[in-house]
Amino acid sequence: MILTIALREIKNLFLSPLAWAILAVMQLIVAYLFLIQLDEFTLLQPRLAGIEGAPGVTDIIVAPLLQTTGFLLLLIAPAITMRVFSDEKRNRTLTLLLSAPISMTEIVLGKFLGVTLFFLLLLAMLLAMPLSLYAGTTLDAGKLASGVLGLALVLSTFAAIGVFMSSLTEQPVVAFISTLGLLILLWIIDWSGTSQAQISTLFQYLSIKTHFESFLKGLFSTADAGYFLLLTSTFLILGIRRLDQQRLTG
Amino acid sequence: MDTKILISVEQLHRHYGHILAVEAISFELAQGEVLGFLGPNGAGKSTTMQMITGNLAPSSGRVRINGIDLLDEPKRAKAEIGYLPEQPPLYQDLTVDEYLYYCARLHRVSKGRRSQAVKRARDRCGLGGTGRRLIGNLSKGFQQRVGIAQAILHSPPVVILDEPTVGLDPNQIRDIRTLIRELGENHGIILSTHILPEVQATCSRVQIIHRGKLVFSETMQELEQRLTSHALVLETRKPCSAQHLEAVPGIQRVEPLGETRARLQFEEDNPADAVAACVASQGWGLVELSLDRQTLEQVFVDLTCSDAPAPDGVAAV
Repeated sequence: MILTIALREIKNLFLSPLAWAILAVMQLIVAYLFLIQLDEFTLLQPRLAGIEGAPGVTDIIVAPLLQTTGFLLLLIAPAITMRVFSDEKRNRTLTLLLSAPISMTEIVLGKFLGVTLFFLLLLAMLLAMPLSLYAGTTLDAGKLASGVLGLALVLSTFAAIGVFMSSLTEQPVVAFISTLGLLILLWIIDWSGTSQAQISTLFQYLSIKTHFESFLKGLFSTADAGYFLLLTSTFLILGIRRLDQQRLTG
Repeated sequence: MDTKILISVEQLHRHYGHILAVEAISFELAQGEVLGFLGPNGAGKSTTMQMITGNLAPSSGRVRINGIDLLDEPKRAKAEIGYLPEQPPLYQDLTVDEYLYYCARLHRVSKGRRSQAVKRARDRCGLGGTGRRLIGNLSKGFQQRVGIAQAILHSPPVVILDEPTVGLDPNQIRDIRTLIRELGENHGIILSTHILPEVQATCSRVQIIHRGKLVFSETMQELEQRLTSHALVLETRKPCSAQHLEAVPGIQRVEPLGETRARLQFEEDNPADAVAACVASQGWGLVELSLDRQTLEQVFVDLTCSDAPAPDGVAAV
């Protein structure tokens, strides 16, 4: 049942030109970034050759590329998630799901899964570029895998937050803005930590960026993965509660 | 056919903030019944329907669908219902077939039976050639039919239709009524509307809800009896005299409605023939002689207009 809703969600996304536009634009921008990084690497390469334990092609091309991609997707993810519930509410189609023999959990998970699968598709398409480097060199497969896993977790967090925000309002634009705001806040929240040592640890822990960066370094720690899973499940539960509460208050 | 109780609602209450939208509504719906739900706008019809279908949680009270408690086991109970809300929940970007297949999946119609179920629902609602058209491009009437198709797709024991004939042309309305009567043979149906003839044409039981309370609940036969008049209206070409008319056997009372019109109260058998004979013998010239029928509309207006107390014998259930 979750899968049915998820597949419908993906198909709905592709019925509007928005999904296609996002895929195309992201591909273009990331391709440009990829070329810049590649250019930089070819410039640095002669110097790096002389250094013991110098950063490899994965560190110089793939890691920055994934990080920028992550930030770009932060700006674009709300556009995908904004319609998930608000459109259904505005068109009164949510009734169809609510009167069908499906639980609230299944509805929210279905929507979340649909959006996440779309993000993973986007990620897979972008990943074709770093993978093309295999034609001329070898990559650090471990680092690449850890970076991609990190980005996938980041994207699932975006999806969960976006789905929740969308359940709050009937206006997709409001959902867009509030999702964007929260995501940016979670991305930059560790900036305040640099000046005030007191609260820095908490804010650093809360920041998406800190956890994502350790993935990019090739560091897979359960604490970081746990952070993303915790954030994702928190917002999913909030989304479920929100739907339930709406049934109560009308 | 056994008369299984399909819906039983007990003491349903619903508050919106301080406003009491639905107060102490209790009723039952048996298999093979078409229950007409009447009421002025804002009386609580839709709220009640939303509560029965699990879209809205009641503030207190109990709803059982086919014996399954809606609040305890929402998933199992909802599987027994097909619901068409006031605004049909249609995805404008899908084709009729895509939409109906999706609904079939949501209602857990097994894969093998899905295409058959979709085809049947489409045929029953007269959606023959529209399978591949976008819902957004269909006319209002066809969209309404898609909504009904969605509600009966999984052949649920209970079908709840909130104003199903809104926006349809007279031919379509007739088709839909026929469909509802057909469905009523082996499903239980709740039909909300404010078109009174529709109720008389399709329903086997009528409930009127006013200000959140159930103020009237009778089967169609009981209602027919109530509406069967015990008065005749007589109109003649020349002035008629009450004395002569009162002398006609069977006539109890004569209310003059003007020089040439009178309302004749009678009991038991209709004395129209005797009245006609009397008029003929007096040479008044018969213009009209008809039963003064009370309509459902009058009952409705009496109950829901102003704060007039309910007439005797029509106490709230």
